[in-house]
Amino acid sequence: MTTAPVASAARSTLAIRSENLCRHYRMGESLIRAVDGVSLEIHSAEFVALLGSSGSGKSSVLNLIAGLDRPTSGSVIVQDRDLAKLSREDLAKYRLHVVGMVFQSFNLIASMTVAENVELPLRFAEVDRNQRLKLAQEALERVGLQGRMNHRPTELSGGEQQRAALARALINRPQLLLADEPTGNLDSHTGTEIMDMVRDFNRELGMTVLMVTHERALAERYAQRMIFLADGKLVDDQQTAYVHSGKRGQS
Amino acid sequence: MKIPDLTELALRNLRESLLRNSLTTVGISVGVASLVAMLSLGIGLQQMASRRLVKSGLFDTIVVTSRRELRGMGREEERTGPAPGESRVLDETARTEIERMPNVAEAYPDIRFATELRFEDKPHLTMVSALPESAKSNDAFEGMQGSFFSSDTAAEAVLQKSFAEELLGKTPALGAAEPSVSDLAKPLLGKELIMRYAQRGASPVSRSAAAAPDGLSGAAYSVVSREQKLKIVGVADLDPESMRGPTRAKVFLPLKLAESLHVMQPTDLREIARAASDQPVYSSISVRVKNPAQIQGVEDAIKKMGFTAFSILDASRGLRQFFAVLYAFLGIFGSLALMVASIGIVNTLVMAILERRREIGIMKAIGASDGDVKKLFFAEAGAMGILGGLAGVALGWAIGQVINVGTNVYLRRQSLPPEHFWAVPWWLVGGAILFAFVVSMVSGLYPAGRAARLDPVQALRYE
Repeated sequence: MTTAPVASAARSTLAIRSENLCRHYRMGESLIRAVDGVSLEIHSAEFVALLGSSGSGKSSVLNLIAGLDRPTSGSVIVQDRDLAKLSREDLAKYRLHVVGMVFQSFNLIASMTVAENVELPLRFAEVDRNQRLKLAQEALERVGLQGRMNHRPTELSGGEQQRAALARALINRPQLLLADEPTGNLDSHTGTEIMDMVRDFNRELGMTVLMVTHERALAERYAQRMIFLADGKLVDDQQTAYVHSGKRGQS
Repeated sequence: MKIPDLTELALRNLRESLLRNSLTTVGISVGVASLVAMLSLGIGLQQMASRRLVKSGLFDTIVVTSRRELRGMGREEERTGPAPGESRVLDETARTEIERMPNVAEAYPDIRFATELRFEDKPHLTMVSALPESAKSNDAFEGMQGSFFSSDTAAEAVLQKSFAEELLGKTPALGAAEPSVSDLAKPLLGKELIMRYAQRGASPVSRSAAAAPDGLSGAAYSVVSREQKLKIVGVADLDPESMRGPTRAKVFLPLKLAESLHVMQPTDLREIARAASDQPVYSSISVRVKNPAQIQGVEDAIKKMGFTAFSILDASRGLRQFFAVLYAFLGIFGSLALMVASIGIVNTLVMAILERRREIGIMKAIGASDGDVKKLFFAEAGAMGILGGLAGVALGWAIGQVINVGTNVYLRRQSLPPEHFWAVPWWLVGGAILFAFVVSMVSGLYPAGRAARLDPVQALRYE
C-alpha cells in the first residue's frame, strides 16, 4: 500500500495546538483536575495516539478537541479556530464539518437503520435526500457494509457497528478523525480490521487522526506518535518505531 | 435541519414510543373534542336563535309609522324632525315609494282592527289583522293545525290558539293544563265565522269638497256596517304577533282580502281634519327587507322620507353580546381539558428527554446544534398537537352528531319539530387544530429548551 501524497504534503501545517489546556470539575468539596495544563501540537494528516490509564484525562482532552466540552482555562486551536471562543452554534458547525467521531460503544441510534445513522450528519448539514442517500451508499461501500444498509444497529455485530460508525464519521469528509477507544468493545481480529480502516482514512484521505487508547501495542502498530497522559498532565510525547524504521503503515 | 427531515424524524421518534405518545395524543384529542363540542354547541344555539328570529320576521322587518301617529315608537324623530302636523301622510303613494326602494322585498299595510266575530251565533270581540302571503314561512305557523290561506284573497281565517279556546269555551283556568292545538282545531277547521265590520265607503260629499274653492277641504266618507263570512282554515299554536303586546291580533285574514274590505281604521278619523284623499291612509306599514344585514340602510332611508321607522336591530345587538359571553364561557371550559392535555405533552417530552439522553448526546457529537435538537422536540410536540387536533375535531363532531340525534329523538317524542342546534363551521375545525398545535408548541417550550441545553459529554456518558 502506498502512502497518499496528500498526507506528506499537509504534514507541515499545524492541525491542533493546545496551550496550557485545563479542564477542572468541582465534585462536592473537591476539585478534579481532569486536564491540567496540557500543551501539544499535532500536524495535519498525522496519526497520533493518546495513551494513559483510566482517569488520566485522555478522553477529556479528546472531548475538548472535539468541541464537546470547553476548557476551564488555556486554549485549544484547531485549524486556526480557537474553540474556547466559538459560540455554541459555531461549535456545532465545527463538529459537523471539521470533526468525525468514533466511540468505544459505537453510539449508533438504535431506532434508525444503518443508512439513516450514517446520513444523519448530512441532515443537520441540510443536504438533499438524494444526495444524502448517494453519499451514505458510498461511505457504507467504503467500510464494506453496503449489504447492511437497511438493518438496525442491533442486528449487526460489534465490528459491523463500528464500521457503520466509521462511515458516519466519514460522511462529511472531516479533516479530523477523533476516536475514543475504537477497539475497546471488539475482539482483536475485528479490532485490527477497524484500525486498518482508520489507517487507510489517514493515508488516503489525509485525515488527521487522534485516537485515545490504553493499548500501547495498538498505538505502536498504527500511530506515528504517542502522547502519554497521567493525572491530567502530558508526561511523554514520542514517535513510534514505525516512523523511525520507515516501515510506517505496515500491518 | 429542513422541515421535511425534521417532520420525518419527529414522526419516527413518536412511533418509537407508540403507546405513550398515542396516549398523550388521545389526551390532546379529548381536550380538542371538548373545546369543539362546547363551541359548536354555542354556535349551534346562536344559529338556531338567529334562524328562529329571522323566521319570526323580527329581524328583517321595519315598522313604519307616520309622525302623525303620536303613539308611534320613534320618540327621537318626534323631537328632531318636522312637527307631526306638517309631516307626510303614510298613504298608498308612500307605501309604493317604500316598496320600490332597493333591498326592500315588500311593504304592506298593517291592517288591524278590533271587531266582532260571530261563531255559532255567539259574538266574540277581538283584534283582527291581515297577513301577507310571505308570513306563511313565519315559524309561528310551524306547528299550526290545518293550513295557511289558500290564496291572498280567500275568505279564510287563521285563529290563534287562545281565540280558538275562547270560541269553544275551553279557556283554561290559571295554572291548569292547556288543551292541545290539535284538540282545539278538530271541531273548528272548516267551520264558518261571520265578521261584522265598519266599511269606509266613498261619499259624494267628499268628491264635491275636493273641488271647494277655498281649499279647506276635509275627508268625507260614509261608514257602512258589513258582514264577511270566513272559513276557519288553521289554528296556530304560537303567537305570530307576540312582539306587538296589547295590540296583537288573534284572528288573521289574507292581506288582499282585508284590503278589499276597506275596513274603517283609526287613522281615518284623524284624517278627516286634514286633506281629502281617495287613497287609503295607513297607521303603519311593515317593510320586509331582502336581507337582515341591509335593515339599517333601509331604515335610515325611510326616516329620511319623513316617517318614523323601528326595527328590532337594537335588540339583536344585545343578543350578540349575550352569545359573545356564552362563547367565552364555553371556550374557557372547553379549553380546560386541552390545558390538562398540554401537561401530558410536557410530561411525555420530559420523559422522552430522559430516555433519549444518549441519543441527544450522539446527535450533538455528530454536529446537531442546540437549535436542531430544540426544533426536533418542537416538531414532536407539534405533530402530537396536529394529530390530536385532527382526532379531537372528529371526536367533537361525532359527539355533536350523537347528541343532535339523541335530542331530536327526544323532541319527536315530545311532538316537537326537530332542531339542528349543533354546528361545526370550518373556521372552528381549522381554529381548533391550530389551537391544539399552538398549545402543544407552548407545552414543548420547556422540554425542547431542556433537551437543547443538554451537555453532550454528560449525555454520552448516560446509559
